[in-house]
Formats: sequence, structure tokens, C-alpha cells
Amino acid sequence: MGEMDAAIQEFLVESDENLSQVERDLVDFEGHPEQRETLASIFRAIHTIKGTCSFLGYSKLESLAHTGETLLSLVRDGDLALSAEIASALLSMVDAVRQMLAAIEQTGNDGAEEYQDLKNVLLALQKSEQASIATEETQRSVRDSEFLVVEDPSEYSVVDQGSPSDVEESSFKDRLAPVLQPSSSSDKPKAELSAPVGEARGPSATDSSIRVDVGLLDKLMNMVGERVLTRNQIGQGLSKFEDPSLLYASQRLSLITTELQEGIMKTRMQQIGNIWSKFPRVVRDLAMSCGKEVRIEMEGKETELDKTLIEAIKDPLTHLVRNSVDHGIETPTVRLERGKPREGRLLLRAYHEGGQVNIEITDDGGGINVERVVEIAVQKGVVTAEQASKMPECELLGLIFQPGFSTAEQVTNVSGRGVGMDVVKTNIEKIGGTIDITSESGRGSTFKLKVPLTLAIIPALIVTSAGERFAIPQVSLLELVRVDKENGSQHIECIQGSPVYRSRGQLLPLVYLNKVIGLGNQLIQGELGHVVPTASNIVVLQADTRRFGLVVDEVNDTEEIVVKPLGKQLKGISIYAGATIMGDGKVVLILDVLGFAQKAHLRDREKDQAEAHDRSASLTTVQALQTLLLVKVGRQGRVAIPVSHIARLEEMPDTVKETAGGQEVVQYRGAILPVIRLSMLLATCGYDTEEQTGTFQMVVVKDRGRQVGIMVDRILDILDVTLGPLTRSEQPGILGSAVVQDRVTDLLDIDMVWQHTPLSDAEPESIDCVGV
Amino acid sequence: MAAQQFCTFYVDQLFFGVKVLQVQEVIRSQFMTVVPQASSMVRGLMNLRGQIVTAIDLRRRLNLPDRDNWKPMNVVIQTDEGAVSLLVDEIGDVLEVSDDVLEPLPTTIQGKVKDVVTGVYKLEGRLLLVLDTTQVISVPDSIGKGKEDAAA
Repeated sequence: MGEMDAAIQEFLVESDENLSQVERDLVDFEGHPEQRETLASIFRAIHTIKGTCSFLGYSKLESLAHTGETLLSLVRDGDLALSAEIASALLSMVDAVRQMLAAIEQTGNDGAEEYQDLKNVLLALQKSEQASIATEETQRSVRDSEFLVVEDPSEYSVVDQGSPSDVEESSFKDRLAPVLQPSSSSDKPKAELSAPVGEARGPSATDSSIRVDVGLLDKLMNMVGERVLTRNQIGQGLSKFEDPSLLYASQRLSLITTELQEGIMKTRMQQIGNIWSKFPRVVRDLAMSCGKEVRIEMEGKETELDKTLIEAIKDPLTHLVRNSVDHGIETPTVRLERGKPREGRLLLRAYHEGGQVNIEITDDGGGINVERVVEIAVQKGVVTAEQASKMPECELLGLIFQPGFSTAEQVTNVSGRGVGMDVVKTNIEKIGGTIDITSESGRGSTFKLKVPLTLAIIPALIVTSAGERFAIPQVSLLELVRVDKENGSQHIECIQGSPVYRSRGQLLPLVYLNKVIGLGNQLIQGELGHVVPTASNIVVLQADTRRFGLVVDEVNDTEEIVVKPLGKQLKGISIYAGATIMGDGKVVLILDVLGFAQKAHLRDREKDQAEAHDRSASLTTVQALQTLLLVKVGRQGRVAIPVSHIARLEEMPDTVKETAGGQEVVQYRGAILPVIRLSMLLATCGYDTEEQTGTFQMVVVKDRGRQVGIMVDRILDILDVTLGPLTRSEQPGILGSAVVQDRVTDLLDIDMVWQHTPLSDAEPESIDCVGV
Repeated sequence: MAAQQFCTFYVDQLFFGVKVLQVQEVIRSQFMTVVPQASSMVRGLMNLRGQIVTAIDLRRRLNLPDRDNWKPMNVVIQTDEGAVSLLVDEIGDVLEVSDDVLEPLPTTIQGKVKDVVTGVYKLEGRLLLVLDTTQVISVPDSIGKGKEDAAA
């Protein structure tokens, strides 16, 4: 009986794959009727299912599959063309077979439902044009067909209508023998025939891969996690010894562990095509029901990500795809009026970028009506009209992700999208991803998802607050600021009791970790006898689109941590993402930055205001106080760069400069940083080239994950200045000129820098992701 | 008559038992990482050979007063949600008891014990309370929730 169970299990898994293939192929074939081999593949798959279930004694399932197969064979023989009705009926059959398979999995038999209606539809379609074709003939065509060679021999029991009555008693071979008798191919070696299911597919696939239980992989992953922890422990303990051979062994262990970790991680990787494969069907059905024509295209199907992530993005992706078809792409009539091809185009694109996976969903529909979005957002009180008027377009689009922006009934009135968009966003953010949206009126919209490759092992920053350690995932980390305790009050200011910090001219709301989690001051007061007066360390974090500063007592270290889920008793606490075990064997909680921000009442509205404030500051930037970095170019040139764009200042020997693709680059913190010479950038201004002094000074500019080093002659000064009106400059790269420190200074146009950086789009944010 | 084996332990004056097969192990007091914002019944998290285990303070779970310098024992039990540790005063023996001395909990019993005990074995000279492991590990998942429960 156990053998039988295994056979059924195998059949279920196999059939599920086959059905997915059939679905894909059917939709594919509908669009490309000239591809006969696609049809052959559909036929093979259905046939295999039919054959196996007759062998296993599922007569209802077999009879349904048989009806579908007969219809298919007519199409294959060219007696019928694959019409939309036929395709729909066949797809319904796939659904019905799925339901039966589910019944088999749960109850052990193929259910009570006969699907007579569906069978009637299938039969009616067969007879629609070729009433004369007898089933007998069809059977013969099957028997004579080229597929026979690779088919399941048990199919012949269908022809004989001799259903196997003695399933229980007879052994596998005994049952095969009589079934094989009437066949002309009975001289086939039995060994080959006794593996009916495996035969239908190419031998290469079965030979080179094995099916592994996900549970086993999870277990292996856990064990690797343990090993990473143990390695960290050994690494820490070893510093006490000075035995070089021990050190060598430890390094080797470390290396092997890393490789092992990567290897196991790879086994859990799945191609995103696995979840995409159901979209053609989704799109087809939805498009038909709304009377649209949509073609789905996919790029980068083979892009891989962790299985848990695949599962997590499945629903949000489906939602977005449905949205694009439902709301994005217009009806054929509207499309023709707008001068677009009848058929709408939906493009799914996936690719790796800097340790993350990007997934884009692009449609060429009507785009999102921004005015309408704003109208609704104001109506619903998500923003005020005044705030909205100050927001740039990309942020206005982002409003559709706001909770409370829409409920189902409002959205039907909107020409844009919105059903449950906040849920999509929350789900993506839950796994440490982000979602962006761009839309061009009349041209279509693009949703861009960024998700990490894996969740199990992440780099994290360890901090201490109120004597407890906490881990903060590094994806949320922007920077660390240390504030001198003596001068603390000069840096940290209060607005109605809420502390803020001026970070390069922008206000950063501050949150005290110990206060939020309630390990409050009394503890420190009790133990140390005094309240720690001010912040010492600010961890600048990105939650959502907002930044905030988390004040902690101590910043310890960064470490690769293994994320472990919390028990049921603690699941409801939104400020933790899990826990991990540190090198010293103690458990440390991992902060969920988003949940934490919510807990700390960094609510959207407040943040909106804070940001609106920032924006108005930047709009009037020319008059307002600005922090500028003054650099020297050539012999006399003085150029000012706004400090808010600058990530770091560096001085490096000339020898580190290398060339990549004709571009000067340096290796910088584990990534390749393109370097451009300011004198070249501003070539038209007639500056001299930089002097060769053996070393060079470089201003690292960062924007949205892109980085570039600007090579300058010398870094002169950083100063706060109120710029008067600029003297407009016609020179590219120069915003204008102003008098700074009694000397005329050019203000650099940062946008120009990005336009001149050939590598600027490559590998953004790779620095944060090294070692992921 | 069927007999069952119970791992027994004491909390305050109460004598409890958990079916032996549900018990993963019994260990001494461990280092705990406190979980701020969690229910006070959750004493913290401990590292049990690489597994992170939530420890539930049975004294607090049963509304019993805290003890000074409490060095609780951990009774680690297997549940559907993984291992959970119950912090108890003292460990007793593993007892084999016959089902014919089992009775349901008298209805007059009030307080938290009522919620977490499924039955009573009438042993010689003492009563063994059978812990409902599913109930005993279900605690409010944060401070806020606990207050809501109290208010309700």
C-alpha cells in the first residue's frame, strides 16, 4: 500500500507541474497557432495525466481528461482551429482536473463531482464542425501518432474500456502485462515501460536534478545558520590565543562556512518564472472578462530568489498584474482612438541589481491620473491640498499606497489604481523590499519592486540601549552620527518636546530606543545614579520613505545574523522582526524598523509635515542658509558643492586609480566607484587640469544609491552661507555664480554630474549589500 | 486501566504534571534576554542549543506573587509552535499514574488555575494537576493587549 501511496504522491506532484505547463502552453498556443510543437506538448501532458489516472483507478478524472484529449486531438489533426471557446473550455478542464487532484490529495479519491456540464461543453465543441469524426477514429489517430512511443502504456486500458478491477491484489507488472497485450508495441522492453511517468519528459531533466523536500532544505538552512553562529563564536574566542595554526584553521572554517552558506542558499533559490507562469492565464481570463486584448511579455524569467520570498511576493505581484490589466490597459476601442495598437502590452521584467532583485511591471495603458489621485487623497484626508500642491509628482503617485487612501468602492470611481495598494506595499516591506511607481499620462505605468535575495541571514548593526543589545537590519540603515555629550545640547534641539537633529541642513526627528521600548530612564537612573543627559549615538534609519534618528547608548558592531522567528507569544509585538543568537550565545532581538517607527508615532502625517518642511526649505534653497563644500579646481577656480549631496570626502594615492570601460574608477568600499575630474566636467569653463601631486582628493557624491567620486584639486572649506541671488551661468555644469567669502564662486549643478557618469546606473547600493 | 507517565513540578504550593512525551527536557536556570513590550508573563528568550525558546513564568501566569532571588527550573515542552519553556519552582519525579484516579477539575476552583488545568489525579496524600499545555502557553502577546484583556 505504501508503494501505491508513493505512486499517487508522485502522480499528484507530476500532474500539478503538467497542468501548469498545459496552462502556459494553451495561452501561448492561442497567440501563436503556428507553433505545432506547443500543441504537441499540451497533448502529451494531458495524455500523461489521463494515462496515469486510469492506471491508478481514478475513473472520473480519467473520463474528463479523456474528453479534453479528444477535443485536443481534433485541434492537433487540424480538424478544428483553436478558438477562444475551445481554449476556455480546455482551461476550465485544467481547473476541474486541479480540483479533482486536490480531492485526491485530501480524501484519496477523485471526488463526487462528475463535471458533466464541462464534459458536455467539451463534447459539443468536438461536434461543432466535425460531427462525423467518431471517437474510434480519434483513438486510432492517438494510437498511430508519434507520441505513442513516449506515452504511458496504461493508456490502452482506456481503449479496451477494461477498467482494472483488481487494483488491490495484482502487482504492478501483472497489471501491465494484459494491458500491453493488444498493443503493437508490446515488444518494448518492460523496464522502459515500468517507468511510465518519467518517460514522458526528456531524460536530461530527470537525470540531472532531484526533487527535495522543502522541509529538509529549511532544516539544512537552520543548521548552516547554527554553523555561522558557531563560527562567529569561535572567531571571538580565538582572539585569546596566539596559535597561528589554530588561527589558520579558524580562517579556513570561516571560509568553508561562507561557501556552505552560499551553497545552501542557492538550493533554496527558485526562478521567478515559477510564479510568473500563472500570469498568462490570469491576464488572459481577466482581459477577456473586461473585453480587452492584452499581450504579456516576460524578461528575466530565470532570475532567482529565495523560496520564502517567492512565496511572499506571489500575491502582491498577482495584485499588481491584475491591476495593470483591469485599470491600466484601455479597451481596444480607446486604444485605437489614442493611436495605440489594439493589443495592450504588459511587460514583466526581473533582474538582479546590487544584491537585490528588481521586478518591474510595466503596462502601456492610460497611466495614472494624478489629479484624480490628489483629489481623492485630499477628500480622504490623507494630505491637505496645500501639502499636495508642494509635492513632486512621484510623491503624489505614492499617495495611492497610503492606508486610507482608498477602499474598494472608491476605487472603482478612480481611473487610476488603488485597491489594497497599501496592503501590497506593506507585504513587500514586510520582507524588506520597496515599491516604486512611475506613470506617464497616456503612456502607461511601471511598478518597480525591489526585494532582497534572501531573508534567512542578513547583515545587521548591533546597538546597545539600556544595557540590552538589539540588532538592526542594515538595509534600513543610512548612517551613524555621533554627538559629543558635552556639546550635545547644541546639536539636539526640541520642537514641543520632540527632539530633532540637524543633519546636513535637514531636520531629523529623533527617537530614543529605550523610551520607545519602555526600558526607560528610571533604569539608568537607578543603576548609575543619574540620567544620561543627551544622545550620544544616532542611528539614522529609513522606514518607508522617511528618515529618523534612533538614539542608542552604544553602537557595537555589524554582524551577519541568522533571523529566527519569535514564538507565538511574541508575534504580536510589531517592533521586533525576530531574534538571533549572538557570538556569545545570548539571544538578541531584531528590531523591525517599520514597526518601530509606527510604535514611535512617526506617523505618516507628521512625517509628511516634516518632509513638506524640508521641501519648502529646499525650494527656497537659493536664498536660505546652505552648507557648502568649497573646492579648488585648477589654479584659480573655486567651485561650491552643496553638502547635502555629499556622502564622504576622501584622499587617495594616484596609484589606486584604475580604468574600467574607458572610465577612471577606484575600488571603494567593496565596489567600483567611477571617478570624474571636475576640471573635465566643467571643461567648457576653461579650468586647468588637476595638478599631479601623488595623491588626489575626491568628493563622493551619492544620490538614490548611485555614487560617483568627483576628483578635485583641493578641498578648501565647509561653510554655512546665505547665498544671494545667483548670477545665472550659461556654462553647462554650473548653476550660477555667487560671492562666497568675498570671492566669486561657481555653484556646481549636481544633475550634470550624473549625466556625465557612465557607470552611475550600475550596481547602486552595492556597498550596503556586500556579503549578503 | 490505562496508566500515564507525567513529569511533575511544583509552583508555589501547587503540584503540576505534564505528559512525559510532551516534555523535551528539564534544565536549570538559564540566561534570559528580556523582551521589552512583551507580556510580563514572558520572562524572556533563551538559547537552547541554537534554538530560541520563549520562557513563560508560571508564577506570573497563575497570578502568583514573584519570589525574590528566584532560580526557576525550565521545563521545556514541545508544542505546535515549537519549544516553549515553563519556569517552575522545583522539579518533582516522573510519576506513572493510573487513569482511574483521574477526575475533572472541581467546578468550584476559581482563578487562573481553572484555565490551565484539565484534570486532577488523586494521588496518595496529594493532588496532581494536569496542565493543559496549549492553554498555559497562550499569553497576551504584548503589554497593550494584556491591558485590553484586563479591561474586557
